[in-house]
Amino acid sequence: MENLLEIRNLKISTLRGRQKVLLLDEVDLNIPKKCSFGIVGESGCGKSITANAVMNMLPYPLEVSHGSIRFDSRSGEVDILKLDKKALRAIRGQEISMIFQEPMTSLDPIFTVEMQMYEALSFHHPGMSRPQMRERALEMLHRVNIPRPEQTLTSYPHQLSGGQLQRIMIAIALINDPKLLLADEPTTALDVTIQAQILRLMNDLKEQNDTSIVMITHDLGVIAETCEEVAVFYAGQIVEQANVMELFHHTAHPYTLGLLQAVTSLGSETRMLYTIPGIVPPGGQWSEGCRFSDRCSRCTDRCRQAMPALSEISPGHWCRCWLNSEEVAQ
Amino acid sequence: MSGRDILLDVQRLQVYFPIKSGVMRKVVGHVHAVEEVSFTVVRREVFALVGESGCGKSTTGSAILRLIEPTGGRVIFDGKDLSALSDEQLRLKRRDMQFIFQNPYASLNPRMNVWKLLSEPLKVHFHLSEAELREQVEAMLKRIGMTPDQLTRYPHQFSGGQKQRISIARALITHPSFVVADEPVSALDVSIQAQILNLMMELQQEMQLSLVFISHDLNVVRHISNRVGVMYLGSLMETGDTEDVYRHPAHPYTQALLSAVPSHDPAHKSRHIVLEGDVPNPADPPSGCPFHTRCARCSEQCRQSKPELREIAPGHMAACHCV
Amino acid sequence: MKKKNAPVRNRALPGNESLLRQLWSDPMGRAGMIGVGMIILLAVFAPWIARFDVGKMNSKARFAAPNATYWFGTDNFGRDIFSRIVYGARVSIVVGVVAVSIAAGFGYLFGLIAGFFEGKVESVIMMVMDIIFAFPHILLALFIVAVLGKSIVNTMIAIGIVNIPVFTRTVRASVKTVKSTDYIANARSIGLNRMNILFKHVTPNILAPFTVQATLALSGAILTEASMSFLGLGIQPPDPSWGSMLSDARKFMEQAPWMAIFPAVFIIITILSFNILGDALRDVLDPKLKL
Repeated sequence: MENLLEIRNLKISTLRGRQKVLLLDEVDLNIPKKCSFGIVGESGCGKSITANAVMNMLPYPLEVSHGSIRFDSRSGEVDILKLDKKALRAIRGQEISMIFQEPMTSLDPIFTVEMQMYEALSFHHPGMSRPQMRERALEMLHRVNIPRPEQTLTSYPHQLSGGQLQRIMIAIALINDPKLLLADEPTTALDVTIQAQILRLMNDLKEQNDTSIVMITHDLGVIAETCEEVAVFYAGQIVEQANVMELFHHTAHPYTLGLLQAVTSLGSETRMLYTIPGIVPPGGQWSEGCRFSDRCSRCTDRCRQAMPALSEISPGHWCRCWLNSEEVAQ
Repeated sequence: MSGRDILLDVQRLQVYFPIKSGVMRKVVGHVHAVEEVSFTVVRREVFALVGESGCGKSTTGSAILRLIEPTGGRVIFDGKDLSALSDEQLRLKRRDMQFIFQNPYASLNPRMNVWKLLSEPLKVHFHLSEAELREQVEAMLKRIGMTPDQLTRYPHQFSGGQKQRISIARALITHPSFVVADEPVSALDVSIQAQILNLMMELQQEMQLSLVFISHDLNVVRHISNRVGVMYLGSLMETGDTEDVYRHPAHPYTQALLSAVPSHDPAHKSRHIVLEGDVPNPADPPSGCPFHTRCARCSEQCRQSKPELREIAPGHMAACHCV
Repeated sequence: MKKKNAPVRNRALPGNESLLRQLWSDPMGRAGMIGVGMIILLAVFAPWIARFDVGKMNSKARFAAPNATYWFGTDNFGRDIFSRIVYGARVSIVVGVVAVSIAAGFGYLFGLIAGFFEGKVESVIMMVMDIIFAFPHILLALFIVAVLGKSIVNTMIAIGIVNIPVFTRTVRASVKTVKSTDYIANARSIGLNRMNILFKHVTPNILAPFTVQATLALSGAILTEASMSFLGLGIQPPDPSWGSMLSDARKFMEQAPWMAIFPAVFIIITILSFNILGDALRDVLDPKLKL
């Protein structure tokens, strides 16, 4: 397998009453090895459920209704969606790890940090002795720059700050040297100075390890700071995907452009901010044509009638829009 | 902006929360949420309070309007000392000073429809006929970009952005001269934030509001405010004209805070001053300067005495021994 | 933003007419509604449904087994058990509703005061409630009746009093939760006075747990009445009560088991129906369960 993870034609649906409603619609993604990949979009666009599908952890009533997620595991190529529970457990935490938005609630309050780190270790390495586990845990805490690691090991989660907890979450996620780390809004709940610490840490860790990172966020600033390749999600689809420089400097899709202008106009001299009118349409209320058409200032009849395909507008730059890139940039 | 028409004068505002422990609920200590904060707000100005979570900016906002009772200090609003007012006088005064909450999902009573939500403030403070009520509510509704047919709907039937519009309308319908807005856009999506910020700026101009805008988002603060106050661990570290503070931050904390904002250009990644460690516990604040435990320029003086805010340039004040 | 107001979700607000429809669409809710509805119909239309005068004795038809004339058989005085069950439903419902109203009314008042004003008042109210709560329900109810005297009114008062603490606790807990929400802070910031906040903002938001509690308490009250009547300190003869019918049946268990079976079955159906309805109501009224 050329890539670490290949998602093909992924469709995820949920039940609303007795009706099946599509939340993610034919998403294709390739995550290369040793890459930091950003997924950006507003809430309800399908970013988080994609990550959950990769862990095969969709909460009921969400389910994958179509597609495959192929992963290049240590024991060969597998389709995560077809694995049995035992094989899944062997992959989760060992080869694919995940960190979440709320570090405060991601750790179990009644166990010490030590116990939670050992648990992650002993599950995948049953033969490990206690001194070995302690050594490994301390090493991980060092790597995520926890001051006084020995003392931290015996602390309970409520004795630690949000920034420290998120570091510990990262340490636990990386303790088994996974090939893929899924980070779902890892800094959203943190303050800006702590966010800077965590982002720097994640960049360092990527340099040191062979881990690929998928960074899921709504914040284009976080993407600009940490990612190499970016996919923009809108209403359950990828609307644009490119290298980070290309995406920020030769933005092609009107939605991406709108998101960028909404944040960059904050620093500019103009008094009124650039806005995208309306809201992201929820699943089940997507239009027939382009799903961004009713919020797009450049919408034409063609946009309302037919959905554009995700097409390569320049090498490595994919965009789902009827207008070509030059037109939008004007 | 000198010789200014001061609307709000906050003098050495202090809020301590008791920590109770044991069966007898004995007070064993205090959380120093707000520590002698002083600033002024001029008429028709937007003053922003910015800082990280737990720095006391929201508590300051609530204490100004006496939604939380201050432990010490005075708040002079429009020439009147608010702390001297009786409960009833204060209640009537609220017509002129309102509060916008952070989370529109929680701040609107789920069992009241839009009509009730918007007419209630008018009913409390004015004696209006049904027709006058309807006229004013509909005018306000139109102003925030909604239509009269939405009057009978309930909060859960709206999106987050629309809910925040309703909250804003509820706060502004009595035509107050002063509003405290506590993180009014931080619960919203990026594209919706811009819509709400624009609406707030338009209304601030039209209704000639004075606004205390509380936020942790440095970009938003820079855009919306005329003057800014940077808070850390309950204390005000720096105040001044917003552009001044952003271009020439004087306090080491302000410098670190501003440098931590991610840039929106992958070609020019920010050069962060990454602060080590965490914010100290406000129940046990450090001696001297509250920032000295994380400050690279900390000296013996900083550990021992707490610096006062002093003017370092016209209209620009900082609380630091080193500048 | 233009006129594009997204009607996000089509979920009905608790409190309007579709509440019944929501209950009906839930299998458990439907079962509860059918059971409760049946008992209420029996109680309301008792004179038309009953086949004989409840008090009428017939010495020729003592201990008749269930047959075409006496559907549920007759008792030791030859009275028709079916008719007595039907009128017994009346007693159960009336006692239940009145007792729960007493409990709910006082419980609401005390709970509201305790939850809203806190401090000393709260401590005193809750201490009294805890003392009442410490007694076994039935024992305290019997004691109250023993003091006040045996009568249907005193039975209702007794059952009402023992149920006050549950309501006080429920209301106080909900008031405390609601009080700390942003929309109450919002109401204060608008300039509302305490009374307005209490009745316009707090009360509507505690109605859901309150209603659920009332439904569950109703089944408890009916059961308490049956138990008291069984022990002879509840409804007095010749008024028919399921509990006293059961008590009378004790002596004739081998001779006429139907005398015990039918009242018992109706007590079970009634209690079960109210409990199921209460649970279903909790689900329907809980906004957190609606997505």
